[in-house]
Amino acid sequence: MSLWDTFKIAVRALLKNKMRAALTVLGVVIGIAAVTTMVSIGQSASAMVQGQFQALGTNVIVVIPGSQRRGGVRQATVPTLTADDSQAITEDCRAVLASSPIVGTAGQVIFGNSNWSPREMQGVGAEYLTVRNWDIEAGGFFSEVDISANAKVCVIGHTLVIKLFQTANPIDQILRIKNIPFRVIGVMAKKGANMVGDDQDDIILMPHTTVRKRLQGSSFGEVNAIMVSAVSPDQMPTATTQIEQLLFERHGIPPGSQPDFRVQNTTEIADTLGVITGTLTLMLSAIAGISLLVGGVGIMNIMLVSVTERTKEIGIRMAIGARGKDIMRQFLVESIVLSCIGGFIGVVLGISASVGVTLLINSVSSGTDWPIIISLPAAGVAMGFAAAVGIFFGYYPARRASQLDPIDALRYE
Amino acid sequence: MALIELRDVRRVYDLGEVEVHALRTVTLDIQRGEYVALIGPSGSGKSTLMNTLGCLDRPSHGSYRLDGDEIVTMSRDQRAKIRNKQLGFVFQNFNLLNRTSAIENVELPLLYSTGISSRERRMRAKEMLTKVGLGDRLYHHSSQLSGGQQQRVAIARALVNYPAILMADEPTGNLDSKTSREVIALFQELNQERQITVILVTHDPAVAKNARRMIVLRDGSVAVDTSDFQLAMEEMNRETELGDDEEIASQVVTQATAEIQPAAVPNPPGNEA
Repeated sequence: MSLWDTFKIAVRALLKNKMRAALTVLGVVIGIAAVTTMVSIGQSASAMVQGQFQALGTNVIVVIPGSQRRGGVRQATVPTLTADDSQAITEDCRAVLASSPIVGTAGQVIFGNSNWSPREMQGVGAEYLTVRNWDIEAGGFFSEVDISANAKVCVIGHTLVIKLFQTANPIDQILRIKNIPFRVIGVMAKKGANMVGDDQDDIILMPHTTVRKRLQGSSFGEVNAIMVSAVSPDQMPTATTQIEQLLFERHGIPPGSQPDFRVQNTTEIADTLGVITGTLTLMLSAIAGISLLVGGVGIMNIMLVSVTERTKEIGIRMAIGARGKDIMRQFLVESIVLSCIGGFIGVVLGISASVGVTLLINSVSSGTDWPIIISLPAAGVAMGFAAAVGIFFGYYPARRASQLDPIDALRYE
Repeated sequence: MALIELRDVRRVYDLGEVEVHALRTVTLDIQRGEYVALIGPSGSGKSTLMNTLGCLDRPSHGSYRLDGDEIVTMSRDQRAKIRNKQLGFVFQNFNLLNRTSAIENVELPLLYSTGISSRERRMRAKEMLTKVGLGDRLYHHSSQLSGGQQQRVAIARALVNYPAILMADEPTGNLDSKTSREVIALFQELNQERQITVILVTHDPAVAKNARRMIVLRDGSVAVDTSDFQLAMEEMNRETELGDDEEIASQVVTQATAEIQPAAVPNPPGNEA
């Protein structure tokens, strides 16, 4: 009997009892829907994380001061990273495109009657924009001259324009920070929120020398971090090695002992986050997979019941010439058809649910914009799983059916 | 060479402590074109013999040659093929698939044969149903047909693959006398006009009368094999002279055999025997 005939017989048999068929597939539907939803949301999360890191600049390396231990003794007063280190990095490391020292600070910015505490208030170097891959929208950035002169200039992000200036043109206006007047010389392009929801445009940048000397009143040259960008993403390992070697030398650290700095690159962070989201997705999918397993057991149960109820019918078919394998094929196909229908409905439901959840997240948590991903390969894999469940859990009942003795089966009431 | 050749066929059911001899020894020939009735009291082995002839059951001993081929050594699949192509079986309770139309029921054996297109299946099924007088009820479901009509669908199904032998186990058992007569007339026509060999099991003398040869079974072996209706009836009604113990034992055996078949072997899944 051809496969098409088997298929027709199977479908006809299932249609004779639609309610039972529907209840049987319910388990598989829920299982597949759950797995599909988890995978979809997981993929959205991953894509979003990757997207954010693209925006940040994937070839950014951050050098931060680490704990200083020399000879097992903590040296708290030894200066660690300095602005000169940053200068040396730009000059000596060939895989490095640009480098900027970062000095962090905080406080209120006052303009006329308005005041605002920006989320980020930083002293940076002239190459900062290059490092951050960030454009200026209006005016300009400060130069090496400004930095050597400890100039009282600043560049603000979009949010500050809205908070302090509303519609007025901020360029050449004077802001007061800790009672020191700063002239606005530029406005940064809009960047939006980052992946954790922080507003990246809530920022004010000043020359690092100015921040240290005038705002912090410090005469030391140390900085909180150095941000470096590599020539290209694949040059990052080389750049990292070059920076490390340079700093080892400059700080006089014998090779092999603990460095007093740490080099992190955003790709590593992105990868780590990618691994985390990937692992989470896998875990959630595995849990969802359990419900798929239960669905499969449901199919097996119903098929066993179906075989018992149709014992007489099987006997009749055998009496007219159906071989064991004809019967087995019929019941196996029935089981696969059931699970594939369940898989299809499950995939549709799963995609709808993940789209719904993504829209919900985007609307509830302002600023986040998770991408909606409908992955056709994932749907294909889900259908494959459904078919596999049908084959695996349908095998035993089908086999039992095929091994019935026709005479006994015919007499079964 | 006869169409059917049975040589010392025995069927024993081994139930652990008890052995039930459903067929003790049966040796007979059936020629092409014969019309045979198997009769006997219940427990005589006629159903077992029928199942054996119909290749549904395998003898424990002996030889069964069907058109020259030895059935006893055949595999399950080979016997299924014989049942499909060379035999047509009609049952007492019709055994049609429920919730299925008449034409689909009749098509069923063709589905399990190879090399017949779906269009040809439809055609043949229609032809057969028309021949048994149900041409206007092709798409009726079994629940919409009377007993006699259902049996005729079963007969059409049995014939759809043009088998050489038509076997019927109490075909009129569930029918009223008028319908029984119609069904028997149909068998008569099939045997005489189309040379189909007909083997019936019955305990209705009126049905047995139509056959040209009567084989009376008693206690698992052939008691009388004749074309003389009177002789056969005498044997049927004869009381055997058994001692009290043997009488009781024989009743127990009869009872046991009758009870084995329905509840017996662990095969039907979920069956609590």
